Amino acid sequence: MSLREAGAVTGVGETKYMRGTDRTPVSLALEASLNAIADAGLKPTDIDGLIPYGAGAVAEDFVTNFGIPDLRFSATTPMGGASAVASIQCALAAIQAGICKHVLLSLGRTGYSGGRIGTRVQQMPQFRTIGEFEMPSGAIAPPQLYAVMARRHFELYGTTSRQLAEIAVTTRQHAIRNPNATMQRPMTIEDHQASRMISDPFRLLDCSLESDGAAAVIISAPDIARDLRKKPVLVMGVAEGHPDSPSVISQRPDITTLGLAKAAPKAFAMAGVTHADIDVAEVYDCFTYIVMCQLEDMGFCKKGEGGGFVENGALGIGGRLPVNTHGGLLSEAHMAGMNHIVELTRQLRGEAAVQVPDAEIGLVTGYGDLGDGSIAIMRRAA
Amino acid sequence: MSYDKLVPEPTADTKPFWDALHEEKFRLQRCAACGKTRHYPRPVCDACYSMQAEWADASGRGTVHSWTITYHAFHPGFKADLPLVLLTVDLEEGVRMQAQGRGIEESELRIGLPVKVGFARVKDDLTLPVFEQT
Repeated sequence: MSLREAGAVTGVGETKYMRGTDRTPVSLALEASLNAIADAGLKPTDIDGLIPYGAGAVAEDFVTNFGIPDLRFSATTPMGGASAVASIQCALAAIQAGICKHVLLSLGRTGYSGGRIGTRVQQMPQFRTIGEFEMPSGAIAPPQLYAVMARRHFELYGTTSRQLAEIAVTTRQHAIRNPNATMQRPMTIEDHQASRMISDPFRLLDCSLESDGAAAVIISAPDIARDLRKKPVLVMGVAEGHPDSPSVISQRPDITTLGLAKAAPKAFAMAGVTHADIDVAEVYDCFTYIVMCQLEDMGFCKKGEGGGFVENGALGIGGRLPVNTHGGLLSEAHMAGMNHIVELTRQLRGEAAVQVPDAEIGLVTGYGDLGDGSIAIMRRAA
Repeated sequence: MSYDKLVPEPTADTKPFWDALHEEKFRLQRCAACGKTRHYPRPVCDACYSMQAEWADASGRGTVHSWTITYHAFHPGFKADLPLVLLTVDLEEGVRMQAQGRGIEESELRIGLPVKVGFARVKDDLTLPVFEQT
């Protein structure tokens, strides 16, 4: 038994993405969820499964605000930025088991107006060990913790900051054509190279945004999905992967490999597709380097060859693998990857702002909590 | 001036590490059953699942595995110390440790650079490990 096509994305929704709001994460999550429910042609009371993202709105908020009469399934997937895509696997398992029919995945956050990264990370229980042993040295925030992985990649394979700049610049080109993207000013490689150093080798423009807003996705049972408002987008393969030494990067045998390296072969095998079949990829991009590393870990190129892979606009529309067509966390908004699922769905429906022509099959990844990974491969309905 | 940086909150499993550092001794946790060294300190040996541990003097010698140099203050307490040289080091005992590098220039950094553990007494009741050039 496999989860192959055990569920389909039937609705997606977002709020306006902002840098500055007085609204709460709960209010934002409810708005995006109502948009996703309307997109699917459902009523709020049809939702019988909930997988809210860690902080913010909890299952009870949805039951209360939507008057859900019979919530049959609720869960969370505590994997940081890998949570949103990992919750697709969780939703499919619940649907296949017959527990529920329509699972709402939601994320609302005030990453700009509320708690920002410097204070947020040290309060998370999964970071207890680095909280005791590494944060007192001044290694506190994700850019610092991940820069160490990038530096080793640079030293071992000759990867350069200009190669990371290619990722930032291509992502920005997509954002400029997406009206809901926060960052609308063009960026050149020279702009990237001139941006201030945050934690070597990461410059400011290697880092993702801090954003306010919300995104939501509905996963439905495939037999029901066919009869809803939009053509379903079927989940062909899905998996999560956890790296060795998951909560402490410094103790990981190979710090240039992420949990996604364990998940990707499972998802490709379940989907029964190869890398050449992938028309578009929405790849979790908290930092430029993390995009490159995931492309390697998924097998689009060998370990160490990611720098060359991303050069010359390879990740743009018309390039060898269009990546983060919405502008990603780097230039659209940091919605912890829920916006990546929204974008892949739109690509495979043919309704994206920056559309890959005739996109048929695509993938979305998540990355978070110091190395957890998740991946889903999807196709448009025939 | 009061110390306004993040401080460790040792537990029963980790306190011997911090106590030793404060006496300028570098000790690592070792499985009392099979002898495997582990770091950071934790309750169970992942080789034999014994929960019996002991503390052994370690050499403090190692080589640089990777690093970052931080120019942005993610916590106000570290603002005056920027830029921070943060090293991940392969210790001779087969585990790694992350700590600040002291007296090491950016131009000298490379994978394999030999370093040794030093002791930085940052306040009356706290000594942090740092790495220095050998």
